[in-house]
Amino acid sequence: MILLPCPWCGPRDAEEFGYVGEMRARPHPVTTTMKEWRDYLYLRRNVAGWTTERWYHQMGCRRYLLVDRDTTTNEVRSAVSGPDRQKS
Amino acid sequence: MVDVRRLGRRPGPARYSAVALLRHGVTDRAWEPAWRTRELRRRYDVVIVGGGVHGLATAYYLARNHGITDVAVLDKGYLGGGGSGRNTAILRSNYLTPEGVRFYDRSLELYRGLAAELNFNVMFSRKGHLTLAHSDASLRTMRWRAEVNKVCGVESDVIGPSDIKRLVPHMDITDEARYPILGALYHPPGGIIRHDAVVWGYARAADSLGVHLHQDTEVTGIDVSAGRVTGVRTTRGDIAAPIVVNATAGWATLVADMAGVRLPVQTFPLQAAVTEPVKPFLRTVVVSGTLHVYVSQTARGELVFGASVDPFASYSTRGSLEFTEGLAAHVLALMPALAKLRLLRQWAGLCDMTPDFAPIMGPTGVDGFLVDVGWGTYGFKAGPVAGETMAECVATGRTPDLISAFGLDRFAQGRLVGEKGAAAVGH
Repeated sequence: MILLPCPWCGPRDAEEFGYVGEMRARPHPVTTTMKEWRDYLYLRRNVAGWTTERWYHQMGCRRYLLVDRDTTTNEVRSAVSGPDRQKS
Repeated sequence: MVDVRRLGRRPGPARYSAVALLRHGVTDRAWEPAWRTRELRRRYDVVIVGGGVHGLATAYYLARNHGITDVAVLDKGYLGGGGSGRNTAILRSNYLTPEGVRFYDRSLELYRGLAAELNFNVMFSRKGHLTLAHSDASLRTMRWRAEVNKVCGVESDVIGPSDIKRLVPHMDITDEARYPILGALYHPPGGIIRHDAVVWGYARAADSLGVHLHQDTEVTGIDVSAGRVTGVRTTRGDIAAPIVVNATAGWATLVADMAGVRLPVQTFPLQAAVTEPVKPFLRTVVVSGTLHVYVSQTARGELVFGASVDPFASYSTRGSLEFTEGLAAHVLALMPALAKLRLLRQWAGLCDMTPDFAPIMGPTGVDGFLVDVGWGTYGFKAGPVAGETMAECVATGRTPDLISAFGLDRFAQGRLVGEKGAAAVGH
């Protein structure tokens, strides 16, 4: 069982959370090019090691979190309250 | 076409036969190794990264169909230690898109003739394949898939609960079930195969045609100069090569990154488990998308269970308790009589998921660097056809029609495939 230290609810089972995915900067929908937009939609860094990603505590406080996780071991270093939307 | 009978006369391991088996049995003479350990050359015409079924099949068909034998297959561990040894060995071709159906049907055709072609018993068992529908929506999708399959010449049809009960007497088809079974997509040509044997058979055949197989050889870098690949760096030294094929699963993005190619891939673990062996009772492969589970019985009598991918991306292959609990509940919902069966072991494999549940095959933005990646949860069943088409791609420099829909450029151009029939579970 993997525990995520939710800043609002304390350490909780990862099953309670929804995995949103790695942090990506969203290009501005009006000024972006088609290539940039599709790169944003589809390309992933898919890091093997420490990375920052967004999770959603759907069965708890229903807030979005920024989680530091090592994808090779699933060790979690920190989880802090994060933006509800991708940064634009 | 090369006459397959000539394979046995080439230098390499002796031909397997009933007579050879008898001779070895009587004389107690040791079998020769199935493939040789060769010296790592400083240059090859083609370097294939990844010694699983895809990489080995590509090497084999390069040598057999195109006469290109100056080929090295590199693996950071042992042959077949990744996805090829961790899948649940299910074969089928009842996909949703015509591209998918044609492609996987060619694979099934190659699998059917593989034992004879490779002179290696790959234990293909045509058990038939049932995909259960628990809702009107999934019954509609089954009908859709069945019609697409029939148009493509693939045997596939929707059957009702009484026919399901005839095929699988242990199935709970009552209305009392949590998710009552309304029908199923029945695909008689589907079945299971011994996945290790497929790897070993291809390795042995490729080796006998002159391909070099290098285990414990990890690629640490890919050299690119002026937009062309020039070679790879490995833990055992540098190798020059004008063509490098990335045939890895789980590490596809990491290897592509070395060549400066970005992929629309996210890696998720998929867990599977096997029970103690019991008498044969389950004739067909049973899949339930709603319950995220697929079940088959091996020739040894063990039940093999697989699930959908884990809910978050990871490179960890550790099993989890959530998986075992969910698996047990779902299997018992289908076949309550299995309550006393015990699990022997569980494991996980890495699945490189793409946004449209279709693979990424063919050339990339770097000349000479080809990919055969993004195989999600459907890579093993595509092994032979992926090898055949990638070999053609490497040898002729052209992308075969069968894989023209799977190019990397489809994402930048917005031409996604949309293969929702892919894993049959989880989406």
